[in-house]
Amino acid sequence: MLNRRSLLASGAALLAAPSIVKAQTVVGVTSEEIKIGSIMPYSGPASAYGAIGRLQQAFFKGVNEAGGISGRRINFLSLDDGYQPPKTVEQTRRLVEQDRVAFLFNTLGTPGNTAIQRYVNQRKVPHLFLATGADKWADPQNFPWTIGYQPSYRTEAQIFTKYMLENDRNAKLGILYQNDDFGKDYIAGVRDVLGARFDAVVKTVSYEVTDATIDSQVVQLHGSGVDCLLTAATPKFAAQTIRKVHDIGWRPKMHFLTDVSISVGSVMNPAGPEKGVGILTAAYLKEPTDPTWQADPGMQEWRAWMVKHMPDADQTDGNFVYSYGVSKCLMQVLTQCNGDFSRENVMKQATSLNNVAIPTLINGITVGTSASNFHPIRKMQLAKWDGKTWERFGGLIEGANV
Amino acid sequence: MASQFSEAPPSLRSGVVRPGFRVDPRLLWAIGIALLLLPLFTAESYRLFQLTLAAIYAIAILGLNLVTGYNGQISLGHGAFYAVGAYVAAIMLDKLSLPWWSTLPAAAVICGIVGWGIGRPALRLGGLYLALTTFSLAVAVPQILKYKGIEDWTGGVQGVLVTKPDAPFGLPLDVDQFLYLVTVGIALGVFVLARNLMASRIGRAMMAIRDHALAAEAMGMDIANLKTATFAVSAMITGLAGALSAIAVEFVSPDSFQATLSITLFVGMVVGGVASIIGPIFGGLFVVFVPNLAEEISKSAPGVIYGCILIAFLFVLPGGVAGLLRRLPALLRRR
Repeated sequence: MLNRRSLLASGAALLAAPSIVKAQTVVGVTSEEIKIGSIMPYSGPASAYGAIGRLQQAFFKGVNEAGGISGRRINFLSLDDGYQPPKTVEQTRRLVEQDRVAFLFNTLGTPGNTAIQRYVNQRKVPHLFLATGADKWADPQNFPWTIGYQPSYRTEAQIFTKYMLENDRNAKLGILYQNDDFGKDYIAGVRDVLGARFDAVVKTVSYEVTDATIDSQVVQLHGSGVDCLLTAATPKFAAQTIRKVHDIGWRPKMHFLTDVSISVGSVMNPAGPEKGVGILTAAYLKEPTDPTWQADPGMQEWRAWMVKHMPDADQTDGNFVYSYGVSKCLMQVLTQCNGDFSRENVMKQATSLNNVAIPTLINGITVGTSASNFHPIRKMQLAKWDGKTWERFGGLIEGANV
Repeated sequence: MASQFSEAPPSLRSGVVRPGFRVDPRLLWAIGIALLLLPLFTAESYRLFQLTLAAIYAIAILGLNLVTGYNGQISLGHGAFYAVGAYVAAIMLDKLSLPWWSTLPAAAVICGIVGWGIGRPALRLGGLYLALTTFSLAVAVPQILKYKGIEDWTGGVQGVLVTKPDAPFGLPLDVDQFLYLVTVGIALGVFVLARNLMASRIGRAMMAIRDHALAAEAMGMDIANLKTATFAVSAMITGLAGALSAIAVEFVSPDSFQATLSITLFVGMVVGGVASIIGPIFGGLFVVFVPNLAEEISKSAPGVIYGCILIAFLFVLPGGVAGLLRRLPALLRRR
């Protein structure tokens, strides 16, 4: 008899049926395809980074058109979390439990990745090449399934400190930092290089994101007798620092600036381009607007790809350069997998990259990982502000071994 | 009354009293509870997690609906209470290692006190001014959570990681099933309490204040106390939802409670049905599932799609889903 109860029961059975999946030996991989998951802020306050995800979708589509990888096409699922950690958790669970992806790739944002890191490690899902500059993704003991990609803030600080010591053994360094994860990574990096000498050499002053200005902090550092300065500040505060340092007549021997705040439009020009002359920063990506890369084969490869696959996209957006590079890096991992896309092997290959050249990284910077090295990019090149652009100079400097 | 309706054409007579259309409330309850329990056996754990989130949002939206829908005080800052509840739970679990169930009453009480403290001065503000004041609260809370002085407790920008509880007494449920059961159970309790409250003398007074404050005062109602108490109860319910969300998501951070959260709750309230007890259930389902739907339609502009769906909803269902349910019998009879 067809009554409400039997209707409900059959409805429930119907709903449950798709969840009974045929047993697979390798999660997310069939003979035809490999499923890869990613999470990007396509909406919300960080939606400018959505460009990274859009390039990746076009990238894997291109890979499939060219025949895929090891005879399989890539099914790339890139979901939106609006840069909200609860949504990141929801989308990650969807990718892992419902879509059953083989692994996660380039999930963006420090808070969101913090929220899912434990979950993906419990589930032993590879969590590859995170799009965040925090240093904590390199923790193979506690989180063997998570690995970062770009040089961390901490690595950058190590590079700054090494350069400073090479040029002046007796330099005294003042650090102006934002009081959060981002700022504290710089303190950690400087400490890595200086070790026991840290307290004798360094003077630190912090500010809160909520502060109106950092004038008093700059004056305080100037008064403490340091002769070099490291500014680990977000763009607005970095611009204020550059102006204030100049206006009180302080000419530090070396002024290092985090690569978070090197935008010409939002930092250097508002501060006054002439006031920042001589400031140093570090770079690892080829800057798409830098004329010296015009004839560079790597950037020509990237431009040709952009014209073919994303003809309408803005080629001055550095996010596309970044995204193309990290996608190429993943392709190297998949190639090394040699047809075995089990989670164990994907993680094994991701942590055995041997000096892989990526076309959009500054020539000479390569990607290298090992079972104990979860910092894929460890080298950067310094650049100096000449009043108009950032001029790269000198050789590549590698982060410290810690 | 009956004589008045007997003159009406037969098609307008109430369908509820027609033989065969009479619905026993106990049957409705049984169906409702069966529907709530059904996902436990049929849904995979990711779906259960989403439904748990929807139930949590439903509770939070119910809290907002009490103060805004029933009492007429527009709040665009309920995300702040949600955040406070979540942090209370996270701190109790992580820093004080207290059992998970103890965090729920604690979060409710603390949010109730905070709600009272905000509701009292807010008495002087009406309508749009109250809306803006509460919105400033929603904007301020994520930054306050990053404040250095309380960083040892809140974890600063890092946030706090917590762990979901296992099912006690060896119940054959996994963590997601257990949490779903707990959330739905609490939601059911809160909804019944809210329904009883609104059907009571105090509930009628709350609505009277919304509809005509002067008349209500002339009738001898203590407007100041009632409004403040409503704000406190509302904050309490939303804070309870926040605590549940911390346990379900297993993570709190300032970025989890951006100002948009308050707007999300407001949207859920309007879509579900303003001044309705059952409406927030649909509001909760809407805010969890519709953004995913929007994203599936377009990745390049999920916000636009979401906005279009929202406008379509408000256009087709001006009184929210609850309004449709209310009109449904009349619509069917008109056929």
